[in-house]
Amino acid sequence: MNIGWLTLLLLLPFVGALATMLVPKAKALLAKQVALGFSLVTLVLTAIIAIGYQRNGAEDYAETHAWIEPFGAHFALGLDGVGVVLVVLTALLTPIVMIASWNDAQDGRWSEKSFFAWILGLEALSLGVFAATDVFLFYVLFEATLIPMYFLIGGFGGAQRSYAAVKFLLYSLLGGLLMLASVVGLYVLSARAGDPSYLLTDLMQLDISQNTERWLFLGFFFAFAVKAPMVPFHTWLPDAAAEATPGTSVLLVGILDKIGTFGMIRFCLSLFPNASEWATPVVLVLALISILYGALVAIGQTDIKRLIAYTSISHFGFIVMGIFALTSQGLTGSTLYMFNHGLSTAALFLVAGYLISRRGSARIVDYGGVEKVAPVLAGTFLFAGLSSLALPGLSPFISEFMVLAGTFSRHKVLAVIAVLGIVLAALYILIMYQRLMTGPVRDGIEKLKDLNAREVLAIAPLVVLIIGLGIFPKPVVDIIKPAVESTMQHVGVTDKAPEIPVTEGQK
Amino acid sequence: MIAQILPLADFTAPKIEYGELMPLFVVFGAACVGVVVEAFLPRQLRHLAQLAITVVAIVVAGVLTAILINDKKELVAAQGAISVDGPALFTWVVLLALTLISVLLFAERSVDGGLSAFAGQAAAVPGSEAEREGTAAKVEHTEIFPLTLFAVGGMMLFASANDLLLLFVALEVFSLPLYLLCGLARRRRLISQEAAMKYFLLGAFASAFLLFGIALLYGYAGTMSLGGISDALASRTGGDAILLAGTGLVGVGLLFKVGAVPFHSWTPDVYQGAPTPVTGFMAACTKIAAFIGLMRVFYVALGGTRWDWAPMIWVVAILTMVVGSIVAITQTDVKRMLAYSSIAHAGFLLTAFIGLAQAGNGVLSGVTSTQAVLFYLVTYGFPTIGAFAVVTLVRDAGGEATHLSRWAGLGKKSPLLAGIFAFFLLSFAGIPLTAGFTGKWAVFTAAWTGGAWPLVVVAVLCSLVAAFFYVRVIVLMFFSDLPADAPDVALPGWQTTTAVALGLAATVVLGLVPGPVLELAARAGEFIR
Repeated sequence: MNIGWLTLLLLLPFVGALATMLVPKAKALLAKQVALGFSLVTLVLTAIIAIGYQRNGAEDYAETHAWIEPFGAHFALGLDGVGVVLVVLTALLTPIVMIASWNDAQDGRWSEKSFFAWILGLEALSLGVFAATDVFLFYVLFEATLIPMYFLIGGFGGAQRSYAAVKFLLYSLLGGLLMLASVVGLYVLSARAGDPSYLLTDLMQLDISQNTERWLFLGFFFAFAVKAPMVPFHTWLPDAAAEATPGTSVLLVGILDKIGTFGMIRFCLSLFPNASEWATPVVLVLALISILYGALVAIGQTDIKRLIAYTSISHFGFIVMGIFALTSQGLTGSTLYMFNHGLSTAALFLVAGYLISRRGSARIVDYGGVEKVAPVLAGTFLFAGLSSLALPGLSPFISEFMVLAGTFSRHKVLAVIAVLGIVLAALYILIMYQRLMTGPVRDGIEKLKDLNAREVLAIAPLVVLIIGLGIFPKPVVDIIKPAVESTMQHVGVTDKAPEIPVTEGQK
Repeated sequence: MIAQILPLADFTAPKIEYGELMPLFVVFGAACVGVVVEAFLPRQLRHLAQLAITVVAIVVAGVLTAILINDKKELVAAQGAISVDGPALFTWVVLLALTLISVLLFAERSVDGGLSAFAGQAAAVPGSEAEREGTAAKVEHTEIFPLTLFAVGGMMLFASANDLLLLFVALEVFSLPLYLLCGLARRRRLISQEAAMKYFLLGAFASAFLLFGIALLYGYAGTMSLGGISDALASRTGGDAILLAGTGLVGVGLLFKVGAVPFHSWTPDVYQGAPTPVTGFMAACTKIAAFIGLMRVFYVALGGTRWDWAPMIWVVAILTMVVGSIVAITQTDVKRMLAYSSIAHAGFLLTAFIGLAQAGNGVLSGVTSTQAVLFYLVTYGFPTIGAFAVVTLVRDAGGEATHLSRWAGLGKKSPLLAGIFAFFLLSFAGIPLTAGFTGKWAVFTAAWTGGAWPLVVVAVLCSLVAAFFYVRVIVLMFFSDLPADAPDVALPGWQTTTAVALGLAATVVLGLVPGPVLELAARAGEFIR
């Protein structure tokens, strides 16, 4: 048995977590350095894998080992375009979060090193989730990610952290357990057809009756809708994001919630193509509600972190809409959106975190005139906000545009209404900016320090990427495209031909 | 009959397959030796001698059973009374392994000032002078070891009884020592004696139901043997009323031992009152033996009328899961909470039982019901004993501090112990990468394969409710502040350390690589008659 690249990639952060825990308690700094080191090495390895994937394709990275034979479960890892993008996002955000939260865990319930060790553990499991090509393995890792996140929220957050952690866990478990029923159902079908196997490639060959397919689809979809989160299963997110440290919120919204939308593409569309098409109308409406409701509620928030959490609900609405529009443009846009949303929300949460840690309050009314005292902070906040509202020229714009264009070609009315989401986005970001940063300097703000070198270091890569991919998104799109096309083919839908085709002469 | 003298030629000695039944003989033989030791050995030597005899007997019996499994020696022994088949042998090994861990806990003397968890003199009135003198002299009842051996021998017999009469005898053989063990707690003796009394009365009641049911089934089939009843079902017409009544009453008797709702009411009181090592032993081993006995009777003898009893088990399964998991939420005592959790687990097991995923029912590939149940019992047994072992370590001046509020902030005081307990709880909750998850997966699969998918959905929702109260304890241990008068964490001796370590190791290994045990359970095959 030879160890593949992806196994190595999974093991690395896991070993890092153990190594971090083994550092003596007194040497907190050393523990943090060890953790950061491991996350950086993981990032390098991820970069090597991503480059190799672009050059040589997916074959080099697929690996399958028998795991639990009576269950038909395999330790099977592999990459496709969607997976690569999210693996890169995970590997990228982890060290950034570590640098940005360097001192955030000091007044946590447990030692600082455990904060960093949990982050590495979460990274290992998330990488596994995005690379798993066996449904059983995916499920196991999907559920296992709850444990580090639960302890990250519950151990290192604000006053209401235990409540938020338990709420997060119970919502996720509800989704996860219903999915378990569907996973069991898949096994039964697979066993009836012959040898039970959980490999995606085997399951895609299964002949499932219409009703069964719909029920199984619902089990999976429900879990992903809770995870993503979509209205009306979203209420855990604002609580969790508001109580957790900003770094934890980034991991939660930036990486963990992507598992939901990732799962919709990888599992709902691939395993249950007919049921996915059947469910399209309802899912699209729910997505639309998420977009508008998330944005409207965001405008009304008085807490910075809750506001950002609601903006994410709105953004996830866009992502889900793009996926279930079932056009190649929409799907590509959604995948790109997942990546870009990771970048922009991370920037927004982290800068907001810097601000909150300086003033010691997350309430918007406690701020005012920050741009006069701390211009760099205010500037990065504005930049992050603008990227979040999808300003043209910044990377989220392209993905949002693709999602809307892809949806428009099939569902005109929905797309038109969804565009309102962009307007509302401008409102919630700009109103927040205006209240926090402009106007007269409030009491308690006068001595606010500007960003230090470490904080700038954490934000800088995000800024560079947001601008870079905003101008030149082709490398990422090129990776996503083939995966999207094969998914589309499997679902059996083709893009609608344009009503006014481009002919040779007009070119 | 009395005066009749049989001519010698007519008498044939019953054929006993000594080789195949040797594990039973070893256990019962050692138990008898233990009684003799009790009578003749001086007091100070008894503890060591009894422990040695018990451990050696269990290990020898386990090795003999393993050899039988390896040789694939499966047959109906002792004139058709005992069925030494795959499931029985598998159950024997599991029972012996879990008993070994329990016996280690029984022998623990370092957590409570050099005294074991059992009363020094059971006959002394609680709070009396005699009791105090006994405690000062460090007297102890070493009879618990032979009692345990009798109990486990009875359980082994119960799991392999191929005849209703033997089933009943085995039930009493393992129940009576348990009633006694329950009443022997050193601390809180009144509650312990009350528990023993309740268990005895309700147990006797259930035995009566079972016996009446057996009588009715005998009336229907004219035979006590499970195979004979199955044949009678196939050939006889009429007499349905007596058959149904018999099935129902036998079901009541067996479901009582399993701890299924509505026959569960003894569980919380007995689990709470009994000495904690005994609770662990009962929670794991009784459930295993009772479940295998239940399956054997219903699959082998009554398989032909499964359409008649399936609805009853459906209802019982749903009730058991729902009541077990919901009532657990309101519990304020660790041991009572674990009791309700064990009730909920019985419900999950029933889903696989009622799934009837058997080759005989047209299920040819995938996980069978028997395999799933056997596997689940393993994944349930080890964490259970481990969890109760942890409970013995959290103590204050009054003995074990079992009230949940006393566990607040335990994660601060002893992160290792709290972490281990949290891991066991996560396993009970069925979180992936623990034994509980693979076990749950197996029983749900068996249930669905047999078409009982609505039960799977109910089970999944109940798992969520159950997860809530497990997580609540984790919150309490890790996210609450340590009160000033927090209980101490006793330093365990090698016995408890080994027990916890074995439970933990089994929980991890079965969660990560359950394949080998699953395959062993698959190799056990079906019940033979």
